[in-house]
Amino acid sequence: MEGLVSLAVKAIFVENLALSFFLGMCTFLAVSKKVATAIGLGVSVMVVQAITVPANNLILNYLLAPGALSWAGFPDVDLTFLGLISYIGVIAALVQILEMVLDKYFPPLYNALGVYLPLITVNCAILGGSLFMVERSYDFAEATTYGISSGFGWALAITAMAGVREKLKYSDIPDGLQGLGITFISAGLMALAFMSFSGVNL
Amino acid sequence: MAQTYRSQLVDPLVDNNPITLQVLGICSALAVTSSMSVAFVMALAVTMVTGFSSMFISMLRNQIPSSIRIIVQMVVIASLVILVDQLLKAYAYEISKTLSVFVGLIITNCIVMGRAEAFAMKNPPVASFIDGVGNGLGYGLLLLIVGFFRELFGAGSLFGITILPTVNNGGWYVPNGMLLLPPSAFFIIGLLIWAIRTWKPAQVEEREYKIQTVEAH
Repeated sequence: MEGLVSLAVKAIFVENLALSFFLGMCTFLAVSKKVATAIGLGVSVMVVQAITVPANNLILNYLLAPGALSWAGFPDVDLTFLGLISYIGVIAALVQILEMVLDKYFPPLYNALGVYLPLITVNCAILGGSLFMVERSYDFAEATTYGISSGFGWALAITAMAGVREKLKYSDIPDGLQGLGITFISAGLMALAFMSFSGVNL
Repeated sequence: MAQTYRSQLVDPLVDNNPITLQVLGICSALAVTSSMSVAFVMALAVTMVTGFSSMFISMLRNQIPSSIRIIVQMVVIASLVILVDQLLKAYAYEISKTLSVFVGLIITNCIVMGRAEAFAMKNPPVASFIDGVGNGLGYGLLLLIVGFFRELFGAGSLFGITILPTVNNGGWYVPNGMLLLPPSAFFIIGLLIWAIRTWKPAQVEEREYKIQTVEAH
């Protein structure tokens, strides 16, 4: 249990997906103009991340890993090279299912998140989360914790960034630095601030 | 078609650079640029994948129903990325370890999807291939520039060969450790964007709020 808590803290602050691995940067920079939309996107990323990372963990352990197919009578089969295509398939399918379920049973939530859901399929934070899970060989409990907390970390980062940008648009910035340039530099400053967490040892 | 192949190849380098203007494919641009050799391999991988995925998708463009085009594009791209990943693991194992998840993340690199969706779906295979390669090169160019600054001033070397002998090894150059850390990539790209937009003022974004100057009476 203690291990899971420290994993969660690590995934949120020390190894923040957006600010120390730069995942999901495209959406991070494109959809961080307003705090409200940033929170919407952040929450959807968190939800999708919390579902896809454990789902991909199950797929890896019961279908793809070397010897994983022994329950079906193929103990020598190693399908890990199919990993990438399966993960992205799972992500695309789950996002689609989530969209339909939300539309049917939770219309208000669907209306709030609707526009962002398709964007999430191509958000590298989601695929990145699954790939990190594979690379660090998490078990199912760890994968679930990692999924939720890394999604939360990403949501935190994009909300903070949107807050900064809302203030920033009133400032007098040199012409060439307008828009994208200054956004990069302020994201860099935020990443520096987040690096101070890396000293935290759990 | 009015646009020549040459301009298709050269345009994305500066005038329509995928990173500084189209804001595509930033994730990997930041994460893999701490040394030149890694940046070079990554640039090569992305150029290959964008070129070939654009070509294949353009060959299939008349067969793909538009309602499921995203997933078809994904499958084409993912297969190419698996190919690149396996090649790297076989022939450049050390570098593939350093790149870790970022090879896999080429799948969700928006440059690949973006070019497939914006160009390859409407144009013939050869033009799409050249467009893909051009955009891959524009991406690679930026990656190499950032990698150049980070490795030269952060570790005093280029492609692992010492250029500025560092103090630790008995030389004179005190390396700037911050450049090896991830945030420095943000600053370098931000400043590069500034430089490019000063050179090409047409790319400057409109201000959302104009600063009013009050005239003195």
